[in-house]
Formats: sequence, structure tokens, C-alpha cells
Amino acid sequence: MNKPAQQLTIWRALNAALHDEFTEDPSTIIMGEDLTTWGTGGGIYGVTRKMADVFGKERVRDTPISEETLISAGAGAAMAGTRTVVEIMYSDFMLLGADGLINQAAKSRYMFGGQFSTPLVVRSNGGSGIGKAAQHSQSLETLYAHIPGLEVVVPGTANDAYGLLRSAIKSENPTVFLEHKALYYDKGPVTKELIPLGQARVAREGKDLTIVATQLMTKRALEAAQVLSAQGVDVEIIDPRTLYPFDMETVFSSVRKTRHLLVVHEAVRDFGWGGEFVSNTVQECWGELDAAPRRMGAARAPIPYSEELEEAVIPSAQNIVDEALATVGRHTKLTV
Amino acid sequence: MTVEITEATRFDLDIDGPSALELMSTIREFESRLPTYSEEGLIRGSTHPSVGMEAVAVGVSWALRASDSVASNHRGHAHCLAKGADAGRTLAEILGRRDGYCGGKGGSMHIGVKELGLLGTNGIVGAGIGLATGAALAAQAQGTDNVAVAYFGDGATNQGVLAEAFNLAAIWKLPVIFVCENNHFAQSATLEEMVAQPDLRRRGEAYGVPSVDVDGMDVEAVSNAAAEAVQRARSGQGPTFIVADTYRYLGHMAGDTEIYRTAEQVEQWKGRDPIARLAKRLLDSTVLDEAQLKAIATSALTLVDSAEEFAKSSPFPDVSSAFTQVSEDYR
Repeated sequence: MNKPAQQLTIWRALNAALHDEFTEDPSTIIMGEDLTTWGTGGGIYGVTRKMADVFGKERVRDTPISEETLISAGAGAAMAGTRTVVEIMYSDFMLLGADGLINQAAKSRYMFGGQFSTPLVVRSNGGSGIGKAAQHSQSLETLYAHIPGLEVVVPGTANDAYGLLRSAIKSENPTVFLEHKALYYDKGPVTKELIPLGQARVAREGKDLTIVATQLMTKRALEAAQVLSAQGVDVEIIDPRTLYPFDMETVFSSVRKTRHLLVVHEAVRDFGWGGEFVSNTVQECWGELDAAPRRMGAARAPIPYSEELEEAVIPSAQNIVDEALATVGRHTKLTV
Repeated sequence: MTVEITEATRFDLDIDGPSALELMSTIREFESRLPTYSEEGLIRGSTHPSVGMEAVAVGVSWALRASDSVASNHRGHAHCLAKGADAGRTLAEILGRRDGYCGGKGGSMHIGVKELGLLGTNGIVGAGIGLATGAALAAQAQGTDNVAVAYFGDGATNQGVLAEAFNLAAIWKLPVIFVCENNHFAQSATLEEMVAQPDLRRRGEAYGVPSVDVDGMDVEAVSNAAAEAVQRARSGQGPTFIVADTYRYLGHMAGDTEIYRTAEQVEQWKGRDPIARLAKRLLDSTVLDEAQLKAIATSALTLVDSAEEFAKSSPFPDVSSAFTQVSEDYR
């Protein structure tokens, strides 16, 4: 009974996932700031549109600006058995709720000896690209991937957004679900199938170089691949989609074929998740690598406001082309 | 016992479980032994006894049922025992043993018991406030009449989460009871030093949360205030803030030099001892006689003896358990 895929923007796909999940499980609740009263009635990027109309204000709650309590109350509600989604307007604001997420929710199963499930999803958006500056543009996914007990989802396409959000809500573990603010209006086919956490997606097949990237960086890697293809470098692109659990096997088998690895993320490069993927690959595929794997990320700087400055600190398609050529041992720089 | 059961005697008798006096005496005995266990090396890290504060946990729990939630704090063993936790399994957890409620993974500051609605004692000051608010939200959203209690000390009133939670609970009329055990010290800092306006009740009122002061050394007073708050919460009328005036006789934790207070002050508070007070009232009103009081004291002692024996004889957890239960494995 496979229906043909619908073309949806990412925000529409997320909205559809919420509607479908709330219909399927009538106990699920969502809360956040301006969820039903902003724009056309769907929160800052529209993701909760019409949810209050369909499911009522008891299950779809507009909240005061109280991130610390929203996240810890979300943890408490989930521990008490209610599947809870908390929308935080920008992922930068999640830091105000670090206690609820990191000290409480993430540890609730372990420290009480497995008694509690904590089906909490904290949804937010990260990433730069639309001039929101230093406190509304960070890519903080690495912080959460570092915490035992948390799952971290970073969808980059409409199909992944739909399938992964539904899986995140069904998960018995606390999940950080980070959308990308510059991708909400990207359109793509949505099959409305659930996608399990921990399965990478091959975004492009190729034989010379494996690029691992998420969200905006996957998009730029795809652009870079066009340029590289013209220069005789055939790129394979892997989008892990979830940083924890993470799917190294798909990366390993790709690297065994291409013998080269480049990881690109929008999070700051230093101490970022790229290092984890590189390190695992070096250990597992040492003998099958033709060159040292490389990683790229944002510069070690806050995200600046002015457009050219903002662009300068994040890897561009051209930067990816250059780094890809360096990875495969071709240092000739050609203009895009 | 053949005493007629009236409202005034409901604390005194074994109706559905131990009497208030027996429960308070058990908690007293349980908590009094902890410093010794620490000295003997049976307890690692920190443990925070609540000797002197028994009336608050027992008085509040009297109004609760198993399906209600409780989010506790670092000084939380009494909250667990009063909610119905088994003393042996609670102590086994404090000693890091296999038969502890959390298999030795939590310890004193992370004792949770799902079937009793215990969302855990907590190592983060004020964290239970958010958790209890969430449990109350869950109760409301699911249409049950369960309530949630957050226990916290005077120190936690200076955490921002309390301001946020007061407001959220008030606007949504959440069935949550905020119970501040004002024992006058945030570790070593006095309330007077750390707040300019020490009438804590007014903080709740400022957010539209009905707020009440109660003598935290009087289990009946606490119980009456809690019963009213729970009734309000169950009937959809929202939160209550109870400020219980109380005191801890022992230090903040084992090894506390207590340079921040005088021995005289401690003795003065012992003059208001909640257990002695209830015992005296029961005796004066001839609800119980000396022999019955003695029997209750002995029974508390016996109960804690057997809890100790159980906990000490429980094996340490298998090391392999250190690596399990981090997440549900769904793959």
C-alpha cells in the first residue's frame, strides 16, 4: 500500500509528522512558546500549524518564556508516562534548560536502574545562514551527542524530517531533534514512512571520496560534488541523519570503496563530531585508506551577523571542493 | 490496640499502614544511623540526613496516594520512606548494593521508585521543582486526578526554576504542591544572609499561587495544610505553596563542622521535636499509654535493624551492570 511520495517543504513534513503522531497516540502533548499564536498559527517556523485546532489547547500548549522549566517539566511529564514534545524556539535557548535535559532526562533511565522511560523530544532549530547572529545560529549538536542517554537527530530533507520525527516521538529515550532554520522551506518527496534512528542515508553514490555531512552541509556537499565530478572526482555523500545512535557501518563500507574520507559539519570544527567519525574510520579502515581523512567545520568563532562575515565562518561549497581535492591528494584549485 | 478511631487519632493508629508516630520514629532511626555508615566507609560520597525534619515528609505523604508523584531533593530519604518505600531497599541503594531500588547506580541522591511515583531524590538543588511540575502537567493532560509534590529546601527558593514553575503552575492550574522545607540553612548559608525578604510565602503569593506557612515540627499541622493543598489540586484548582518551618539536627552531611550555627540553637529546636510532641499529645490525650509508646519505639528500631541487616547483606552489583540501561535499546 505504498502511496506516491508527496512534495513537501521540511516544515510541512514536520507538521505532518506531528499531526500523524498526535492522531495515532492521543496521550502525546507538545508545548512551547508561541506555538499556536504566531504567524499563521504554528510557531516561529510554522511547524505546529493547526495542531491546536485539531488536538486542542490541552495537548498543544502555548507557554511562557521559561525554557528551564519547560525542559525539566517535559522530563517530569515523560517520566510520569506522558509522551512529551517540547519546542524550543532556537536551539541556543536550550542551554537554559541544560539541567532538565542533561542532568535529569538523559540520566533518568540509568541512575534509577532502568525503571523509568523518558519519552521526551526537545525539538528546536540550529544552524546559520539567515542572519540571526551569534545567539540564534549555533550548531550545538555535538554537545548533546556527547551526553550518555540522549539521542540526537539532525534531519536534512523533508522525508527524513517526517520519518525521523515520528521515530523520535515513539522513542522511549529523551531525544534532541535539531531542525535547520535555513532548510525549512526546502521541498522534497515525502513517503511518510518511519525512519529508524541510527541509519545513515547515502545522499549520492560515488567511488573516489566519501563525504559525511548533515543538513546544510549535505546540500553544499552535493553542490561541491557536481564541481568535483567535472574534475574527475566521483564523490559519495553519506548523511548520518542521527548523531546518536550513529551509523558507522555505512561510512566504513563507503570508505572501503572510495579509500578517502572527508567529514563536513556546520558545528565548530574543533572538538566537533567530525573527529569522532574520522577516529572511528581510522581505527576500523586504516589499511584501506589511501590518505589521511580530513574534517571541516565552522571556524572557532561565534556566528557573526553581517552576511559576508556569516558566510565566511561556515564551510561553503567551494571550501568543500578545495578540501575534497586536498583529501584525495590533488591540490590544484579551480574556480567554481 | 482498641482505641476508637477518630479524626484526631488518625495519626496514631495502624489503619492502612504504620502510624505517623511509627513512621516518624522509623525515619528518625534510619537517618540517625547514616553518619555512622559514612564513618565506617559503607556510604561513599555524600549523604544528607534529615533528622528533625520528619514531620514534613510524613505530614505531606499522609495526604497522598501511590499514583501521586513526588520529586525530592538531596535530603530525600524521608520523602521516599514516607511515600511507602521499603527501608531495606532504600538503605541498600544508599549503600550501593544490588538490592537497592536502583541496583546501586543511584545512591542517596538518586533514589527513584516508579511504582510509588517517586521521581527521585536529586543531586541538583531545585531540579525536583521542574520535574514535579511536569508530572502535574502529565496528570492534568491525561485527565487523572493525580497530584505531584516537589520537596525542596530554603536554598532552592533562590533557583530561577521556582519562579518559572510557580508561574507555569498558576496559569495552567497544575495539580502540584510545592513544599519548601525551610530548615534555615542552605548547606551553611543562612536564609537571612541569602535573601533580603525572608518571608518565603510571599514569593508564591506574588505568582498567584495560594501559599501557606506551617509549623514543620508539627505533623498534624503539616498534614492539614497538605490535605487542603491536595484537595485543591485534585479538584482542578491548581497549585499550593507550603512553607514548612523546620530544622535539621545533624550537619548538612557527614563531616560537617557546623561552624555556621551554635549548639544552643540546635538544642532550642530540639525543644520543638516533632516526635516528642506527637508522643506527648497522644499520651496526654490518653490515646496511647507508655507501654504502647514504647512498643512503637521498639518497632521502629526493629524495622531499621532488619533494614540494615538486609542492606548490609545485599551483594554489590555485578560490574557488567555499569554499562547497561543507559538508553532503551530499540535496535
